[in-house]
Parts: sequence; C-alpha cells; structure tokens
Amino acid sequence: MNPVLSVRGLEKRFGAVVAADALTVDIPAGRKISLIGANGAGKTTFVNMVTGYLKPDSGTILLDGTDIGRRSPRSTARLGISRSFQIPQLFVELTAAENLAVAISGTGTRMSLRAPAEAQGRRDAAVELLERFGLADQADRPISELAGGVRKLIDIAMALVRRPKLLLLDEPTSGVSAEEKFKTMDRVIHAVAPDAATIVFVDHDMEIVSRYADRVVAFYQGRILADGIPAEVLNNQEVRRYVTGGAR
Amino acid sequence: MHPLVMIALVAAVTLFGRALPTWTLSLATIAASNALISLGIVVLARTGNVSFGQGLFFAAGGYGVALIANAWGLTDAVAQVIVGAACGGLLGLVIGPLIARYSGIFFGMLTLALSMVFYGALVKTTALGGSDGFNVGRPSLFGMSFTDPREADFMLYAVSVIVTGFAGIAATILFRSEFGLASLAVRENNLRVEYLGLSANRIVSINFAIAAVFAGASGAFALMAQRHIDPQFAYWTTSGEFVFVAVLAGNQSVAAVFVASMALELVRSFSNLYLPNTWQLVLGIFLLGVILFLPRGIGSLWIRDRRKRRTAADVPLAAERGAAS
Repeated sequence: MNPVLSVRGLEKRFGAVVAADALTVDIPAGRKISLIGANGAGKTTFVNMVTGYLKPDSGTILLDGTDIGRRSPRSTARLGISRSFQIPQLFVELTAAENLAVAISGTGTRMSLRAPAEAQGRRDAAVELLERFGLADQADRPISELAGGVRKLIDIAMALVRRPKLLLLDEPTSGVSAEEKFKTMDRVIHAVAPDAATIVFVDHDMEIVSRYADRVVAFYQGRILADGIPAEVLNNQEVRRYVTGGAR
Repeated sequence: MHPLVMIALVAAVTLFGRALPTWTLSLATIAASNALISLGIVVLARTGNVSFGQGLFFAAGGYGVALIANAWGLTDAVAQVIVGAACGGLLGLVIGPLIARYSGIFFGMLTLALSMVFYGALVKTTALGGSDGFNVGRPSLFGMSFTDPREADFMLYAVSVIVTGFAGIAATILFRSEFGLASLAVRENNLRVEYLGLSANRIVSINFAIAAVFAGASGAFALMAQRHIDPQFAYWTTSGEFVFVAVLAGNQSVAAVFVASMALELVRSFSNLYLPNTWQLVLGIFLLGVILFLPRGIGSLWIRDRRKRRTAADVPLAAERGAAS
C-alpha cells in the first residue's frame, strides 16, 4: 500500500537538544497509527513538523509524493493534513456551532463579506458534525461553558471539517477519566471514520494504544525506537524500558 | 436590527437635522465624522489589533481631497468623500499586508510610528504648507453651492450622517458575515485559524483596509467642516481621540460608536464652555466613569452579550496557544 505520508531523514534541533534525529517512517493510507514515547521524546515535534508549525533542519516530508517540509500550517491544511491539539485550541468566546462555522469557512476558496456566518447550509453542516460526536445539543453554547472533554471532541470535529487525508490527534483522551476514555475514543473513531482515511494519534495510555492502533511507532530522545504492530512494539524490551516502563 | 430599519433610521436622523439649531449641526457633523473613523478602529479591533495611528489615513484622505480640490476644482461633497476614502483605502492596502503579521502592542506601535513619520514629512513639506497647512473652498453638492451658512452646515450634516450611517449598515452586515466571524476567530487564536486553512494575515489586512477607507472618508469630512488642513490631522493625539471613541463604544454594537462619538463631542463642548481651563479633566473623568461602570463600552448598555458568561477558567487558555505542541 502506498504511504500517504513518507518521512525521510527528518532532523530538528533546539540548541543542544535533539528533538528529531534522522526520523524515517512511512504512514500507510487507511490505518490508525499511534505515536508513543515519554515526554520530550519527539512525538509532538514530529507532529509539528508534519503540520508545518516547525521547519525541519533537514530531511523530507512527502504527502502523497508532494514535499511539504517547508510549507506553512495553512498550506499543509489545504493539502489535506489536519490536527487536533493536546490542549483544545478553540475560539472560546464563540459557540460550538460558530467554531465549526469558522472551520467550514476554511474549506472554501474565498470568504463572503456579506453572507451571514450562520447561513442555514453552514449551520446544518456544523450541527451534523456535532451530531456525529453526540454534541448537537451543545451547538449554541459558548465554548467557555463547556467541559474539557467536550472541548476536546469539538477540537477534533474542527480538524475533521476538511475531510483530511491524514488526521493527527494529539492525546485525544488526555484529561478524560479512566471510565470515560474508551467511550470517548469509540466516539472519536466512529465520528472520524467516514472522513479521515488515515489517523495518527499521540497517546500515553497503553490500553488505548493497544486497543485502537493498527501500528505503533515508539519515540525515544528524538529517535524511533520501534515500529510495528502493537503487540510487538509494546513487548519490545527497549520500549518497555524507556517508554512504557513495563506498563501494559 | 434589520438593514431596512437602519436605512429608515438614517433617513430620520438626516431629516431631524432640519429641526436642530445651527451649532448642533456642526457638532453632529464632527461627531459623525469621528464616529466613521472610530467605526474603522472597531472593525479592526475585532481581529484583536488596535491602530493608534489612524491619523495617517485620516490625513491621507484629507490631504488627497484638498490637493485635488485645489488643483482641479473638485468641490462636490460626495465626490470629495469618495476621493478621501480612496486615498485612505489605497494607503491601507499597501500598509495592511506589511504590518498584518504583527499583533498586540507591536501592531499598535507600528501604526503610531507610521502616522508620526507621515506627520513629520507633512511638517517639512513646504509645498503642502508645512506646519501651517493650507485652505480649501466651500464644498458644493451635485452642482448646488450653499452660500447660506445654515444650509451649508445642514448639507454637510446630511452628507456625513448618510455616509456614516451607510458605513454603519455595511459594518453591521460585515460583523454578522462569514468574514466577520473569522475576524473574531483571529482575535482569539490566529494559529488555529491558520491550521483551519485560513489566512489570519489576509483577514487582518482586509479589516485594516476597511478601517483605512473609513478613516480617509472621515478625513474628507473634517476637511470640508474646517475648510483647512494641516499636519495635525496625522498627529498622535488626533489618532488617540479616535481610539478614545472606540474604547467608549466597545466592540459589541455599531450604534454605540455613534452614541459614544456624540457623547464625547457634547461632553467636550459643554465642559469647554463652562470649564474652559479644566475641560480635559472633565473628559478624563468621563472616560474613567465609562471604563469603571461600563468596561465593555457604551454598547453593553443594550447588548447583553453571551460572552459575558465567559468563566474565569478560560482566561489562561489564550496563554496556552501553541503550547499544546
């Protein structure tokens, strides 16, 4: 299967700190891939480089064969990469539907200076997307009134608006209680499935990783320590030593 | 408020001018002119940026009109407003994209610096009258000249109220539009806006150009009212006055900008009349009172915004922008 994302020799340093050390990885289309690693291992740096927030010092990032290594977040978004954030990045003074309306505006070629922001078509699309996450009843509530878990889902819903080729989710279940985490992840996977062909998610919860990922990439000190199916990677001696600490 | 109701309101206010005493007409003309430029500041403020240098476009509009009026005899009030708006807008189109990448205090200081550079250039340009400036003739309207001072004042009042009123209607439509919503999004989190595939810089630039158009038209009104122009148009205290009106109004209501501008002119005129040596003190106390009791501006008197319900827990979120990564 052709990779949707192909990364070759990616390097990034912050002074003496090596955040990405010759990273080479292929992300095949249609899979759910989890990135694991301790804090500072380089997972989020990898996500930031793929989405254009950080420019790599060297190496190439190909999305469907197009080099996107020097592109901006806006450009990578337009090419088909969307992301959600560890801390939801929403417009807190706007309602849930308005947040999605802004995201929907991003899919057009130009914005209207006259057409109402909440024109029926746009609102219907926003509510339909919220419905998929079971949040239609929250459409008219300002983000500032919503709980953290709900914000997380809206953050993911916004990333989904563009129907991305590659969806990057940064810790989709962080801050969610142990009882709720599987329910939340089920909701995310169910909601995302119709639109996002390939999902890469960063997570620290090995139960989530082993249950939802088709493949796991383990990071350690800017390098890829292991890459393979969950059972193999999570039982890898080095991964158990440096990443999971023996946790399963 | 529906745009048709707003048009009716503009017509009513225009006709009401017939009943106003002459001194009030010129006061209202200045208030409408100031409201127009302050409305531009409010338009821009919705992206989270405040311009402390709108005097630049105010002066560009004023000087542009004055030069064309003197060189080619253009005296028509409507044509002068169009020329002023075009001069301000063209300058805004050039400067906007250059400074849109900055935000917060850097953005504000850059606009201030540019207006002061323009002020300095005007003072030193003897061809434009240097620090004394120069005079222009009385404006006409559609070929009619107004020799009676009251009729001339009413004509200017009517044109300024109509133009400012229509600018207000346009701003209301803009605020409710797709673009208006995206502008609010830029104010809250411009990085997320970029991640959604939108250009935050372009949104700021367009709002900046709109504000410059309003400022240029306002400069044309100020010129017509005074029939004189000088570099003071670009001076920082002039710009500060417009920000003053925008702060008084808040950014929730277009109508508030007109109310704030009129209130400021009334406070200034009456305090100048009765307390000629301490009128600035009265003005300062007035502003303090508004900030203290109406921190979201005069508009909050009639707009009950859902954003009031924002919880204190959200305040740190702005600091987290980008920290997620």
